[in-house]
Amino acid sequence: MSGTSGGLGGLYQEVILDLARHPHAKGLEDGAAASSHQVNPTCGDEVTLQLHVADGRIDRVRWDGDGCAISQSSASILADLAPGLGLEDLQVRIDAFRTAMRSKGRIEPDEDLLGDAVVLGGVSRYTARVKCAMLAWVAAEAALRSL
Amino acid sequence: MPVAQGTRPRPAETALSDDEVRALRADFPILADERLVYLDSGATSQKPRAVLDAERAYLEHENAAVHRGAHTLAAEATERFEDARATVAEFIGADEDEVSWTLNATAALNTVAGAIGHASAGRGGAEADRFRLRAGDEIVVTELEHHANLIPWQELAARTGATLRFVPIDDDGALRMEEAERVIGSATRIVAFSHVSNVLGGALPVAELVGLAQRVGALTVLDACQSVPHLPVDVRALGVDLAAFSGHKMLGPTGIGVLYGRRELLNALPPFLTGGSMITTVTMEAAEYLPAPQRFEAGTQPVAQAIGLAAAARYLDAVGMDRIAAHEAELGARLAEGLAAIDGVRLLGPAAGAPRVGLASFVVAGVHAHDVGQFLDDRGIAVRVGHHCAQPLHRRLGVTASTRASTALYTTRQEVDVLLEGVRDAVRFFGVAA
Repeated sequence: MSGTSGGLGGLYQEVILDLARHPHAKGLEDGAAASSHQVNPTCGDEVTLQLHVADGRIDRVRWDGDGCAISQSSASILADLAPGLGLEDLQVRIDAFRTAMRSKGRIEPDEDLLGDAVVLGGVSRYTARVKCAMLAWVAAEAALRSL
Repeated sequence: MPVAQGTRPRPAETALSDDEVRALRADFPILADERLVYLDSGATSQKPRAVLDAERAYLEHENAAVHRGAHTLAAEATERFEDARATVAEFIGADEDEVSWTLNATAALNTVAGAIGHASAGRGGAEADRFRLRAGDEIVVTELEHHANLIPWQELAARTGATLRFVPIDDDGALRMEEAERVIGSATRIVAFSHVSNVLGGALPVAELVGLAQRVGALTVLDACQSVPHLPVDVRALGVDLAAFSGHKMLGPTGIGVLYGRRELLNALPPFLTGGSMITTVTMEAAEYLPAPQRFEAGTQPVAQAIGLAAAARYLDAVGMDRIAAHEAELGARLAEGLAAIDGVRLLGPAAGAPRVGLASFVVAGVHAHDVGQFLDDRGIAVRVGHHCAQPLHRRLGVTASTRASTALYTTRQEVDVLLEGVRDAVRFFGVAA
């Protein structure tokens, strides 16, 4: 990409920029089994995330919010990943994502487990941005707990 | 917004030349890193060697407990500590007993609000009657305040039953003065406002607000954090009753701020924090308090920091606040004009060409401030992103966050140009047009 400067390409992969411009599963829908609203107080980013559940599995995730490219793309990626997962499986993925994000670049996200979320792997080297990437996942975790 | 009275650089004052700024930069060790383009001085300034050396010299040669103990070293330390107070007081046109040290500006504002709270709870005797708030009284702030000059008043209102009101701003962030005339009325007891907005960079009409407050006998409290480091400030000429600013934004250390108050007010206000060093007589039942400034200096004080802050005031004074103001006004104009000219960038606050200090916040359409800041950081450009402790202001302007570039006396024109180029490239990188 033209204009990519220095190590930024590792943070802002094309997928991330694209999802920030064209989010997936954005917009809340009636009938959610659980939802959670999370705010990042340092920047005012916010996300409301819904879990729609059918037969004990995640049917779909819907979300709404405002924020940076990292937080917005991360919500879209989670919404792509979650459908079909059992509730405990989703928690396993949230834990794995958190571990990778907090690793300061030492642990690459496991693609088998986290799918497209691997594109967010570069975020873990930018400690100030980890909360951005985690925002939707923290919301999903809080929603799971309320089920 | 007009620059307030007594703060406008005199026309005769010329801005600093490029050579002069280069020479100043050599005094700041951190600026030796040529990769760094530091445009976050509104959050905290860098420190010249004179400040670092003053703190170290005190700690190496004169350190002792001040205002207690009778040994020679303690006497010398006390003298240095009080000299520092005199220097900082003179820097803002106050007398030395009108300057109390605090932890920072937030602590200074909380000291005022807290002391008025104590008075409202009946403390402070007859002298404190004038400060007592009750239901029906009103506290007035503005819509553009930093949280530090908003939340203490919210808390005070909640504790006393007073009502908190605010003077709204218009879409450009200017105070709506016709509303100020309506809001500041016979029930108003306190009017608290910023000298210069930490987000918008424009000065508030201090003289007019003081006039409105005095007409109804209300106290005025000025948040001078963004003016004292950048403009010549004379608290007497401004006519405010109380003012707060921090050391670390004016080339001084962290951990020190200033509460200025007119002598008779500080001596009538009950103390906020109580304990050692602020008393005359203590029994098991009660205590009597020293007059200001010690009245508001309970416990061990940040002595080295006070001495460092005095060194900062001397440094600024030697350059000349008029010249610093002229230099930063030029940088602010360059920032504002440059940002306003970029497609997809919204400049907050005074329009390009209107007076502002060297500070400009902006929003890139469709791109979050964190992403803009990250892009700039990759080039070594340090800016502030987020709500800058002014959520209600951002909400009023219809944004959740902004990117802020802010200057100090050591900022160069070239740094402003590097920022502008960075913002232009960020707009392309994030594909705003998409």
